[in-house]
Parts: sequence; structure tokens; C-alpha cells
Amino acid sequence: MSELVMSNQAEKSMNNEQNLTKSLGFWIYLMTDCVLFASLFATYVILRGSTYGGPSGHDVFNMPAVFVETILLLTSSFTCGLAVVMAKINYKQAALVFLTLTFVFGAGFLTMELSEFSNLVAAGHSWQASAFLSAFFTLVGTHGLHISVGLLWIAVMIFQVMKRGFTDGVLRRLTLFALFWHFLDIIWIFIFTIVYLMGVA
Amino acid sequence: MISTIGSFLLGRLNWSALPTEPVTQGGAVGVVVLGILAVAAMFYFKKWTWLWKNWITTLDAKKIGVMYIIVAILMLLRGFSDALMIRAQQALASGNAHGIVSSDTFQQVFSAHGTIMIFFVAMGLMFGIINLVLPLLLGARDVAFPFLNSVSFWLFAAGMILINASLVMGGFSPGGWLGYPPLTELAYNPGPGVDYWIWSLQIAGIGSLLSGINFLVTILKKRAPGMTLMKMPIFAWSVLTMTLLVIFAFPILTATLGMLGLDRLMGMHFFTSSFGGNPMMYINLIWAWGHPEVYILILPAFGIFSEIVATFSRKRLFGYKTMVVALFGITFLSFLVWLHHFFTMGAGGDVNAFFGIMTMIIAIPTGVKVFNWIFTMYQGKINFATPMRWFMNFVVTFTIGGVSGVLMAVPAIDFQVHNSLFLVAHFHNVIIGGVVFGYFAGLTYWFPKIFGFRLNERLGKYAAYCWIVGFFVAFTPLYILGLMGATRRLDHYDGQGWQALFIIAGVGTLIIALGIGLQLLQLGVSIWQRKKNIDTTGDPWDGRTLEWSVPSPAPAYNFAVIPTVAERDPFWEMKEARKLGHMPKAPVYKDVWLPKNSGLGIIIAGSAFLGGFGLIWHVWWLAAIAVIGVAVTVVLRASDDDTEYVITAAEMKSLDAPHHQKGQLV
Repeated sequence: MSELVMSNQAEKSMNNEQNLTKSLGFWIYLMTDCVLFASLFATYVILRGSTYGGPSGHDVFNMPAVFVETILLLTSSFTCGLAVVMAKINYKQAALVFLTLTFVFGAGFLTMELSEFSNLVAAGHSWQASAFLSAFFTLVGTHGLHISVGLLWIAVMIFQVMKRGFTDGVLRRLTLFALFWHFLDIIWIFIFTIVYLMGVA
Repeated sequence: MISTIGSFLLGRLNWSALPTEPVTQGGAVGVVVLGILAVAAMFYFKKWTWLWKNWITTLDAKKIGVMYIIVAILMLLRGFSDALMIRAQQALASGNAHGIVSSDTFQQVFSAHGTIMIFFVAMGLMFGIINLVLPLLLGARDVAFPFLNSVSFWLFAAGMILINASLVMGGFSPGGWLGYPPLTELAYNPGPGVDYWIWSLQIAGIGSLLSGINFLVTILKKRAPGMTLMKMPIFAWSVLTMTLLVIFAFPILTATLGMLGLDRLMGMHFFTSSFGGNPMMYINLIWAWGHPEVYILILPAFGIFSEIVATFSRKRLFGYKTMVVALFGITFLSFLVWLHHFFTMGAGGDVNAFFGIMTMIIAIPTGVKVFNWIFTMYQGKINFATPMRWFMNFVVTFTIGGVSGVLMAVPAIDFQVHNSLFLVAHFHNVIIGGVVFGYFAGLTYWFPKIFGFRLNERLGKYAAYCWIVGFFVAFTPLYILGLMGATRRLDHYDGQGWQALFIIAGVGTLIIALGIGLQLLQLGVSIWQRKKNIDTTGDPWDGRTLEWSVPSPAPAYNFAVIPTVAERDPFWEMKEARKLGHMPKAPVYKDVWLPKNSGLGIIIAGSAFLGGFGLIWHVWWLAAIAVIGVAVTVVLRASDDDTEYVITAAEMKSLDAPHHQKGQLV
């Protein structure tokens, strides 16, 4: 009996060690993503004024819509956090509900962003019109691409939670997903400030 | 209708993509024939299963390291043949003569030489050697993320195949190894060459970034018990600083190549000469990556030399702590100097002065390291084996290269020698003398640990002599030519009396070619006579660090029992203790978990390759399939919790027993 307990503990500490290693790796990956976004931000700031006679941010940004987008994304981060809390106390149903909510809010954000993009293109302000618009579409689009990856990740997580419950692997991936999703929030705060708020100021 | 379907299926791919110039045609035919022969040989000897099970799907870092090095050696031959063509062209194309290739092909040749040598030779040798020995040095079973390691390698291989495909279809980029816009923009360069360059580097670069993360976590999390950071072998420190550079620099490359790709693919205007594009932004971004990149290459070489000098002087490394401080100093400073690559672009006196001084300051920590190595040798019992010969070559060459670097860090002097062959000579002085010699030294040093037998010493020494003599014969004339005003990338010049110097440089390249030939011969002879040079002790050089405490070749699980470390140079201390009669306790075996083989790594990289190919030729359906392929594979891997197999304690005991009976292990 005592041997069994010992080996269980040993296995637990091994899993714990593995989780720490993997989350450290993921943190470092997020850092590299930060540098990627920093490069895009730097380029955007340099090219912001290069409108080539076309519109500037002041002319094209629709602030009320951007505000709603922001609310959607921040709310999705909140529900994502709740999903992790529910997973930690092993409350499967609630975790699934909050994951689904996160997906819905995230998808709503992405839909609004895509509609902003298509409105701009329809008005003749596509990414080909000026260096400013190239930088704008690329920076915001890269964030949107990350959101899309995140949505795929949520879908996989929902499936895994339904199928397997909260195994060590599922819990680990869920925690890492939450990190990723919060990270996208932070990036969005920067986009909201540097691109939109400073763009219309 | 048919042409619509054709352009849907094949994009802009058509017969005109085949090479037209005889030199390129020869190269293309050669590559295709060799490829077909290799595949045919695999079928003839029925080796596909063996290849798949033992190599392609392996997650063993040591085997992945061997594959990196094979790719790097193949690419060294490719990149070196480009070098021979450059030297032949410049030796011949004086006055009325026009050399062996057209101006356009020449641009492709020098771009290919630079790109391939940096991304696929130097990086390949570096990641190869780190994979071979880092876990062994740390007393670890494996890297932190073995599967990610396999993905990294295959992305590297995919990038390599993609860029070489341009030899057969579409031609290489003529835009230099860093692809400056607006020259590389669609308006001036509509062909697929630049796209090959972008997507190949993008794919290989992401592989490098993942490797960087992997090795950093390995060092932070996988060290043997007792091995504090300040007890780590200095090579591990050098890898740690290198990974920090990778983590901060490679995302910049990803972003920069991405933007250039978007310009070309989607008609954006980041770096175009019109629509408000800013080519200077590209130059800043590419060097914010590119300058750290040269330190990414050199730092692990410094680490290798530190291990080698200590081992072959039979002394502790002198100034361990200052070595660590110097590594971090170089790491930090390397991010503050990128602008010295464009002193002449009008940034103004203040900015140039700042970047000039920062550049010169790097010579201080580098000098600290050189002196530490020399003090390590002082009063040591030096064994001038081949790795030590490479080290001696390095000290002389690298010091001269460093001095010419400090010279060019003076903005006023840079205005004079900017874009001249002086720069080319300086750059090769540090990269060949530092990086290439360092990795050759490391390969010779650790070869027995991986393959179980030593390389032939005599041929290795001859090769080192050829390299050092060839190097100075090839590059001293370039320093002189540069001061005389000869620019780099010169495909023709009038008879200013330069030709004699160019011919001498060409002769130097031939001497280096002899050196490479001797190295290949060395490898062949050593394999042929492997019984004679077999390493039965596991410790052929009387080593100091943990990798020498396991048998050669190192088993898949590295250590039967993970060692506990109390000192720096732990294996040396163990041997000393043994001499004093302190016999080690009998080992306690435990179950060992190792990663199962996985073919998903090559599938991810294969998808990336197809995606790159699709984007280059505008075959959109192929690119779409590639994205889906990567996503599905990643999800599959993430859903698989059964990725390890176990070697039980009893099995481990029986695997380990023969080495104990031979008294190999202490």
C-alpha cells in the first residue's frame, strides 16, 4: 500500500515537473510573439503618416465599433479565466459553458474585425492604397490571425474536455490556452491605444 | 478555359522557369541526377524502413544532430562551389574578358553563397553540435521538447530543399543575402527568386526560433541534480546566451520577411519606393536581427573552444566567471550595434558616434575571452590534437578579424571601405576563423562520443593547415583590393592592376578546397579504419565534463543513472576521487521514460514546404492544403497523450552491465 502511494506521488511530481517545463517553454514562446508584435508596432508607428495622399487613421476608424470589439474581447478573457477556475475544481459542465462563451465572444470579435476590414476595402481603402494602410492591415490582421488560432484551440479544448474530462494533459493545455488568450488581450490593449486612440486623436 | 485551369493548378509555373545558362543547367542537372541516384539506391538496398524508423521519425537529439550536420556538410559543398565561381569570375573578368558567367547569374551566385553559408551551413553546424552534446553535458536524458526538436530540424531541412529547388526551377534571388528592398520588390524583381529566398528563410527561421526556445528550457530545467548554473560547463552558458539572442532576434526576422512577402504577394507597400513605402525601415529591421545573428553563430563556437582548451591543456578553464560575464556582455551589446551596417546612409554624426563606440566596446568582452583561453593554456600540459589545431588557427585569424572590425567601427573609416572587399575580408575573417573553425573543432572533439570511433588525426591536421594557409592566401588580397577601392559583388572590372591580386585570392580558395577534400577523405578513411580508432573507454581525450562519463557511442537514454553533480568539471573530479580510492557506489537503476518516434514532425515540415512552394508559384490551393495540413497535424499531436515508452529498471541494468564489466564507467 505504502509503495503504491509512493509511486503515485513520484508520478505526480514527475507530471508537475513536466507541466512547469512546458509552461516555461510556452512563456518564452509568448515572449517571442511579443517581439514579433513589437516589430510590427514599430513599423506601424514609422509608417503611420505615410498615407500617400489617402486617408489617415482619423478619417477611417469607426471608434464605437472598435469599442464594442474591445468589450467583446475583454469579456471573453474573463470567461476564459472562469473556465480555468471551473476546470481546477473539476466542474466539467460549467467549464464547458464558459469555454463556449469564450468561443462565442472571440468569434464575435473576429467577425467585427473582418467587417471593419471589408468596409475599408469596399470604400477603396485597401492595404494596397498606402504604406499606412499596409501597416494597419498587417498589424491588426496579425492579431486577428492569432485570434483565429485561439478559436481553433478552444474548439479542440471543448472537444477534449467533453471526451476525456480533466486529465493532466487536458488541464495543462487549458492553462496554456488561457495564457495565450490573455496575452492576445494585452496585445489588443496596445492596438487599441496606439492604433485607434492615437490614430483618431 | 484550359489556360484558366492550368493557371489554377500551376499558378505561374511553366517551362520558362528552367535554367538557361550552361553553368546553372549543369548544376541543376547534377542535383537532379544525384537526387534520383540517391532515391534509386534507397530502393535497391531496401533501406526505406530503416531510414524511416531510425532517422526520419527519431526524437533522439543526438540523431537529429547528426542529420543537421549532414545537411550542413552538403550545403557547405554547395556554398563553396558558389565561392569558387565568385573567385573564378573575379579572377578572369578583367578588361575585355567577361569571365565564366553572365552578370545576372553572378548576382544569383553571390546571393546563394551568402544565404546558404549563413542559414544552412553555419546555423546547421551550430544546431547540429548543440543537439549532439548539450543534453549530455547537462547530465540530461534529452532536450526539454524532443518532438519540437524534430519539427525544428525538418523545418530547417524543408527550407534547405526549397532554396535549392530554385536552382532547378526559377533561379535564385539576385538580391544579396539580406534581400534589400526596393531592389527585391516586385517592381524591380518580379521573378520567383526573391520569393524562394523569403519563404525558405521564413520556414528555416521558424525552425531556428523553436530550437532556441527548446534549448533555453533544456538548460533551465533539465540540468542534473546539483548542477547549479555556475557549475554548468561553459558551452552550456554560451548556448544559453545564444538562445536569448535567438528569442529576441528571430521574431524580428519573421516579421521583416513577412512584410516583404506581403509586399510582393498582396501588393502592400511596406518597403516599396512608392505609395509611402520606407525601404530604410527594412534595413533597420533586418540588421536588428542580422547583427545579433552573427553573435548567435559565434557564441556557441566560443563555448566549444572553452571546453576544448580546458580539456587539451588538462587544466580548469581560467576565469570561468569572467567568461560568463563576457558572454552576457556580448549578448547585450550585440543589440546596440545594428546601425554600424549603414553608417553611410545619412543618420548623422551623433548617431554614428554612438553606434561606433558601442561596436568597439564589444572588443572588450571578446578580448577577455581570448586572454582567458591563453591563460588556461599557460602552464598546462597541452596536447596538440586536431581540435587544438583548429583552436590555434582560430586565435590568430579571429584576432586579426576582430582588429579589422574595430577599424571599421570608426564611422570615418567605414565611409572609405564601406561596401568594399575590405568588408568581405573582415567578415570572412571572423566567420571562417571563428564560427567555421569552432564547429570543425567541436565536430572532431565530440565525434567519438556519437559514433564510437575517433577521426583520423593526421588527415585532420593536414586539413586544418590547408584551411589556415588557404584562408590567408584568399583573403589578404581582398583586404588590399578593398583599400584600393574594389567593391564587393563585382562581376567585371577594367585593367587597374587588380587582376594579379584576384588570381592570388582564387589560388587561396583552391587551397581551402584541398582542405575540404582532406576533411572528406578524413571522414572516409576514419570510417574505413574505424576498428583501429575505436573508443572503448568512452573518454578518448581524458575529458572533464559529463558526456565523457558514458560509453561511446552514447546510448539513446544518455545516462543509465542520472549523475549528481558537486563540482565544475564533474567527470574530472570523479576521476580524481577514484585515483584517491573513493570508489563510487553501485548504481541504483530506475524506470526511464523516453519519447516514442513520431512521423508528425516531417509531415508538418513537408506541409510547410508545400505551402512555401505554393506561395512562390502562386498555386493557392497548394498553400491552402499546407495550412490545413499543419493545423491537423498539430491538433493530432496535441491530442495524443501516449507519447513515451518505458525502459524498466531491470532492462536498464542489463543494458548498462557490459560497460560496468569493462570498467568503462566510474
